[in-house]
Amino acid sequence: MILLAALRTALRALRRNKLRSALAMLGIVIAVAAVVSTVSLGQGAKAKVAQQMASLGSNLLMVVPGSMNTRGVATGAGATQNLTLDDARAIERELPQAVAAVAPVNRSGAQVIYGDANWFTQVMGSTASYLQVRQWPLAQGEAFGREEEAAGAKVCLIGQTVKEKLFGDSNALGEQIRVKHVPCKVVGVLAAKGQGNWGQDQDDVIVMPWSTLVRRLQGSQADTVGMLMVEARSGPQVADAQREVTSLLKQRHHQADAAEPDFQIRNLTEIQNSANEQTNTLSLLLGSIALISLVVGAIGIANVMLVSVTERTREIGIRMAVGARGRDVLVQFLTEAVVLAAIGGLIGLGLGALVSWIMAVKAEWPTLLSPSVMLGTVLLAGLAGVVAGFYPALRASRLDPIEALRYE
Amino acid sequence: MASSSPVLEVGRAPAANATPVVRAAGIEKTYRMGDVSVQALRGVSLELLPGEFVAIMGASGSGKSTFMNVVGCLDRPSAGSYFLDGEEVSRLSRDALARARGRAIGFVFQGFNLLPRTSALENVELPMVYQGISTRERHARAAEALARVGLADRLDHTTAQLSGGQQQRVAIARALVNRPKLLLADEPTGNLDSATSEDVMSLFQALNDEGLTILLVTHETDIAEHARRRVVFKDGLVLSDAPVLQRRLAAARPRAAS
Repeated sequence: MILLAALRTALRALRRNKLRSALAMLGIVIAVAAVVSTVSLGQGAKAKVAQQMASLGSNLLMVVPGSMNTRGVATGAGATQNLTLDDARAIERELPQAVAAVAPVNRSGAQVIYGDANWFTQVMGSTASYLQVRQWPLAQGEAFGREEEAAGAKVCLIGQTVKEKLFGDSNALGEQIRVKHVPCKVVGVLAAKGQGNWGQDQDDVIVMPWSTLVRRLQGSQADTVGMLMVEARSGPQVADAQREVTSLLKQRHHQADAAEPDFQIRNLTEIQNSANEQTNTLSLLLGSIALISLVVGAIGIANVMLVSVTERTREIGIRMAVGARGRDVLVQFLTEAVVLAAIGGLIGLGLGALVSWIMAVKAEWPTLLSPSVMLGTVLLAGLAGVVAGFYPALRASRLDPIEALRYE
Repeated sequence: MASSSPVLEVGRAPAANATPVVRAAGIEKTYRMGDVSVQALRGVSLELLPGEFVAIMGASGSGKSTFMNVVGCLDRPSAGSYFLDGEEVSRLSRDALARARGRAIGFVFQGFNLLPRTSALENVELPMVYQGISTRERHARAAEALARVGLADRLDHTTAQLSGGQQQRVAIARALVNRPKLLLADEPTGNLDSATSEDVMSLFQALNDEGLTILLVTHETDIAEHARRRVVFKDGLVLSDAPVLQRRLAAARPRAAS
């Protein structure tokens, strides 16, 4: 039988039992909606993680002081102060192939005051490389350079949140603010970066030369550095950079043979990978539940098709008497099941897209609905229709025309 | 359609050397029901030449329905051979039988067997769907066949909107639409009142006069007398086979909105 005729017959048969068709479809609708929304949700979450990681800077290694054993007593990570400015300079100087930039970072909380307004914020002391490794452009003004760093110049860059708290809508550039007790000139305003990885406000920050922070604000003459941010030249070079930085620092710290050196290197790509792994596990879990509901939906369709075949036994007999082959009857009922599943699939697709869009808006995630996922799920629904419809259709096609014609 | 002048019909002499539409030789059919086997046909031989109008009679259980199923390619005989229009069909596969059925045979049933909630036109189109005929040609031929049975103004009526006689005429149009070699009518007047039965028989006679071969199964003597030849079945065998001597000519009523 011509497929078009089968399609028309199928649509008419489904229209005739609207409620039954709708209920049979419901399972598939829910299943496809679940698959589409979980998959796009998973992809959205992954993209969000990637976005947050990128906002921290890409290809980034963070070197932090490690634990030190002093006569058998471990101090714990971060407790020691064994990274120095010289370490930073050495990495920059000796590893130019793998490393693009190194930024030593010290930080301190400080009260900042401008006119009547005041605010408590994080002050980062670093070099101009800091903006490079964090991939952080300026909205206004210019960054400080090497001379300001060397001189411990009283200049600073302020984040969007700080600007808003102190200046509101008025101009901040060139104004004097007081950071703790040090008057500082605002030479630049950082572009907005938004929420960080752990929900902190990345724009609530002031960046000033390392020497200004350490020498003037903290009044320290030490060269110890809280953290080194190292940017590798490219993604594939992150591992190389990590290895080279490790061996260089081990050598500089005279710990070439130590199993656990007195510093730690955190590779942000690894953190990102483990975050992605979690997302994948969750997606897999939700996805398998969605697939189970697809199976349940398919069973619903099979059930309705079986009822339909029994109900229309006489019709099948008539069709056979006027020349329908078993194959024609098979195609007819299979078409009906597939149409049922495909319509359900399309409705489910719309519903799933809506759900994932709403969730994306609520969670401020990027909506990710890839065409391949949409096409795949609808095809999957169609396949469920074929599987569900096959047995009932086969039964219909094997009916004995004489018996079928006699069926009341 | 009113071709029934009350002139005494002389049996049309079918060309003796023509290929028989039906040539059944030694047809046997045995049904197995568990351990019991029932022999419904015990060696039936029958030939129908083109243009014949044969009535098969017999009590229930005589085997006439079984024979009809075999002739209609709905069933295969257990033994014997059956040539439909010169082609041996008794050993064909199910699908091949379906094809033979669709091409060469038109069925008219007692219970009309139209698709419910479907228009007359679409019902008549149905056999052509399975022959792969284009939509346009289907429409044209179905409308033509419905006009032939006097229902040109009922094309869009669904089964429920038609009277019994009209339904049977839609079924006859459906049986004709593939230009079959043989029209098989199984108790076609069984569900109709006598006036409507006359209409249907008059239609059959007119179609037969145009050359259509008809095999009619009935248990009513007066209906059988509309045929040209009568075959009586008993206990799975042919009891008698003779021309109808005083053939009835059905008077078609003026085609009122019946």
